[in-house]
Amino acid sequence: MEGAAVLGRLNWHVAEVADVWPETDRVKTLALDVEGWPGHRAGQHVDVRLTADDGYQAQRSYSIASPDGGPRVELTVERIDDGEVSPYLTGDAHAGDRFELRGPVGGYFVWDPDPGGPVLLVGGGSGVVPLMAMVRQRTANHDEVPTKLLYSARSWEDVIYRDELGRYGKRGDGLEVVFTLTREQPPDWTGFGRRVDRELLSQVAPPDLSLTLVCGPTPFVEAVAEALVGLGHEPSRIKTERFGPTGG
Amino acid sequence: MPIISRGFKGRRRDDAPRDRVPPGQYVTDDFPVLSAGPTPHTPLDQWDFTIVGEVDERRRWTWDELRALPSETITVDISCVTKWTKLDTVWEGVSVDTLLDGVETSAEYLTVFCDGGYTTNLPLADVTGGQAWIAFAYDGEPLEPEHGGPARLLVPHLYFWKSAKWVRGLRLTATDELGFWESNGYHNYGDPWKEQRYWGD
Ligand SMILES: Cc1cc2nc3c(=O)[nH]c(=O)nc-3n(C[C@H](O)[C@H](O)[C@H](O)COP(=O)(O)OP(=O)(O)OC[C@H]3O[C@@H](n4cnc5c(N)ncnc54)[C@H](O)[C@@H]3O)c2cc1C
Repeated sequence: MEGAAVLGRLNWHVAEVADVWPETDRVKTLALDVEGWPGHRAGQHVDVRLTADDGYQAQRSYSIASPDGGPRVELTVERIDDGEVSPYLTGDAHAGDRFELRGPVGGYFVWDPDPGGPVLLVGGGSGVVPLMAMVRQRTANHDEVPTKLLYSARSWEDVIYRDELGRYGKRGDGLEVVFTLTREQPPDWTGFGRRVDRELLSQVAPPDLSLTLVCGPTPFVEAVAEALVGLGHEPSRIKTERFGPTGG
Repeated sequence: MPIISRGFKGRRRDDAPRDRVPPGQYVTDDFPVLSAGPTPHTPLDQWDFTIVGEVDERRRWTWDELRALPSETITVDISCVTKWTKLDTVWEGVSVDTLLDGVETSAEYLTVFCDGGYTTNLPLADVTGGQAWIAFAYDGEPLEPEHGGPARLLVPHLYFWKSAKWVRGLRLTATDELGFWESNGYHNYGDPWKEQRYWGD
């Protein structure tokens, strides 16, 4: 069992927006300064609580995109057009705004620097966020475990952290980044151009794979986990996290 | 004083009766999924349900035997720790009272065990007295694997992770032993009305 990451009570903290930048047309990253932030493990999430001026409140969960270090916590949020919280975070929130946050939450879907063999991270859409925290933590810690990030997005324009991911994978530090673009590919595209399926995974997953972490919408996570089990990977070595609504 | 989020209005649902939506929850019509690993698929002819641990004698039902027990239709509201609440969900299942009928035990707790290795812990008093079922149908259809089929525990008065998917049995215990999410930062009891999401809540 993973270590107990949460000790004692998880208090609400005040988060102040320090900076906001776009990642794609629909996705923004918010850098937050969180007073008294206790630190976190890559892969954990926070609960965000917004309060309207008449006291009405709404809570949602967001993965932490940044590695552990200091009082700064980054969230990367995709705008869901008819949503309640994500349009506020990606539209209205500006530097200097404040809201409440508590965490870190979750001690299971977290980066493991030494699982005994290669790691595969599989992200669909904004499901890449907690995996990016892991990639960044791995880089910051100079972890040596061979790691592959397989990232499925609709098009190149929908790829979050595009520039940073482009730089990773060229550093010769045992990290490889593989993209698949499911709807639209640039003209000179040499990567995969279809949904993650069993055959694609058989090409990407190392045979001596020791741990896989899969995150994304439920149908994506179901398909990837099912395909990995079908390829003979041990179910207990596949950890999943699901965002979003569709129960399929 | 809560911090007011400048410009936040929220998108309230007027049709959501306030006395049925626990604090910090929002009403959804979807049926989101939360699980920690791949969905297990156990063939029904290899499936059984057992009651083990601190009991006078072990009980076991095959799938057909379980389905031959009297079942009930249950209409309940459910709340997931990830913040969604779904109203008026309709299930069909066998009451845990029916399964525990005639079982002699001094246990006060139980661990629910499942395919895929998932466990969750509860006081025995929370699964008796018409509060918990082994559910095998949702909305009139066999329960889909990703929602816990062929059968899941249904304990609607607690956060939904206690309603363990892919359930295979109950282990009655003298002491309270932390289950999977309970060992990973989530509250030991999980009362949505007290907002017992995480340790210390
Ligand atoms: C552990 C965890 C971690 C998460 N991490 C992130 C993260 O890092 N980044 C991120 O952007 N989101 C993340 N999410 C999802 C997030 O919590 C919200 O569900 C999401 O932002 C939508 O909230 P909303 O209030 O805008 O929409 P809601 O008001 O909740 O929903 C409005 C409508 O949009 C639909 N909807 C909700 N979510 C989605 C979705 N993801 N895709 C498509 N339709 C949707 C709903 O079914 C509903 O019909 C995470 C969720 C969990 C459980």
